[in-house]
Amino acid sequence: MNTQRLSSQTRTTLIAAACLVLCAMASVLTLRRVDQLRPRATLEDVLYISSPKVVKRASLGYDGLMACIYWTRAVQYFGQRFHDRSLSYNELAPLLEMTTQLDPQLLVAYQFGASFLAPRPPNGAGQPERAIQLMEFGVQNNPQEWHLYYDLGFVYYMELKDYAKAADAFERGSHVGSHPFLKIMAAQMAQHAGELDTARMMWNAAYQSSQDKLVRQNAVEHLRALKVDEDITNLQSTVTRFGQKTGRLPNSMYELATTEKWLGIPVDPDGNPYVMDHTGRILLKHPEDFSFATQGLPPGFTPVAKFHDQ
Amino acid sequence: MTARIVHIASNTFREAVRDRVLYNLIAFALLLSGSAILVGQISIEIERLVVINLGLTAVSLFGIVIAIFIGIGLVSKEIEKRTLYTVLSRPVRRWEFIVGKFFGLAGTLVVNTFFMAIGVFGALLYVAHKLTSSDATILIALYFIVLEFLIICALALLFSSFSTPLLSAVFAFSLFVIGSFAEDLRGFAGMAHGLTRWLATGAAYAVPNFSAFNVINLVAHGHAPSSQLILQNTLYALFYAGMALSGAVLIFERRNLK
Repeated sequence: MNTQRLSSQTRTTLIAAACLVLCAMASVLTLRRVDQLRPRATLEDVLYISSPKVVKRASLGYDGLMACIYWTRAVQYFGQRFHDRSLSYNELAPLLEMTTQLDPQLLVAYQFGASFLAPRPPNGAGQPERAIQLMEFGVQNNPQEWHLYYDLGFVYYMELKDYAKAADAFERGSHVGSHPFLKIMAAQMAQHAGELDTARMMWNAAYQSSQDKLVRQNAVEHLRALKVDEDITNLQSTVTRFGQKTGRLPNSMYELATTEKWLGIPVDPDGNPYVMDHTGRILLKHPEDFSFATQGLPPGFTPVAKFHDQ
Repeated sequence: MTARIVHIASNTFREAVRDRVLYNLIAFALLLSGSAILVGQISIEIERLVVINLGLTAVSLFGIVIAIFIGIGLVSKEIEKRTLYTVLSRPVRRWEFIVGKFFGLAGTLVVNTFFMAIGVFGALLYVAHKLTSSDATILIALYFIVLEFLIICALALLFSSFSTPLLSAVFAFSLFVIGSFAEDLRGFAGMAHGLTRWLATGAAYAVPNFSAFNVINLVAHGHAPSSQLILQNTLYALFYAGMALSGAVLIFERRNLK
């Protein structure tokens, strides 16, 4: 009798265990199918509640954790769209505003947030005004953080080309702590705004003033792009000069180098020689290695994000 | 008298351990270690903040849930199982029973918090590779969380002394939520006039003010709460818990247990 009951119990256990495993596997597979049908669902519906005040109240005082969650969402949202070279970042600014309202001391959200918001698509949301608003909110809540003034000036300079306001932001920042280089920045703005050297100085400062790997990689990428832009602008002028002198285009970079008495064919920051197409345009040999370059790109080329450490 | 209270407290602690209350530590450890590893990969520069925010929030919420769900059954379960009659038939006063239960539950939560604190510091060490002097402020946040538990335990016991477990849970949880908005309530009272102002002010002082105990975000950014706040919060928690416990004793003393 007991043996019979035991075997019946064992059978039930085995059947239930098998059902459990099967159902678990089936539910995972079904969910994967559902995800395939609506691939962006989880990222599209990020803002269930758009009011920071409501979220703050609903968090019952645990707003620091909520800010971390919203910041992670903002990073994921931006990262996904940046990876896809998307042209719309509609939820980015609200996500960042939500994050900073929940935790106004979360400096990383201002610093990275501005660099997500300000650049033109596909490198960013193309919303420099929202980036300025975010940074001003940051400055208001963290007046002693000199980094925020620097980032604010940076957005004014790089994206809005508003050199007076950039100088003003650097000037305001120079009164905080002991960072004399902000004073130098402000002076540089007044005298040499818009020049490549000024842009180079700013990216160098961005590189040196941060220990964050991503910030430094971004600065390196922009410095590499500035070098390429400068080189190609100069090379293109040389080709034009060659045409004016000879009435034809140079046959190759070799001919151009020989005529100009260069020691070799000029190379990009990676050491690859610049190339020239049949219309006399100077091009990068590997344009995919220079995400932010504006010169030397083949027609129709779409840059893809690629980062270097040095 | 003290010995009897200690006996009841230690029995309450043992009972909680037997009820596998400390199993929540496993969930806590999984949550914290998982987030410490995951957040570094999906977010930027907030690993330390997440470990502190998530760790302390989990310590607080786990503890509050334990305090409410154990606290509400402390008296009613004894009546239901009829063990209360055995206890009270011995030379144990009713108030000693209530106070002993309170210390037993508070002790359980302190032990639970101690192990969770080790987990928080362990996770912090894992993500930051070192502990700094500013991390000591986390201990203040943990201390405030324990003070919060004392109030919740006392409230759960108060409700448990006259109500059913279900209603006690509803009352205690509602008071926790309302207590989180206590400062807003005082703000509303300040804007009102006449009788409404008096009633709103009265309500704002009657409910526990939990928002003053929440310094998690402050310590996550490395700022220390002032020593005055530590002192005043300690006094407030002791007075409020004392008030709720006295209420529980008063009700239980007069309760008809037949």
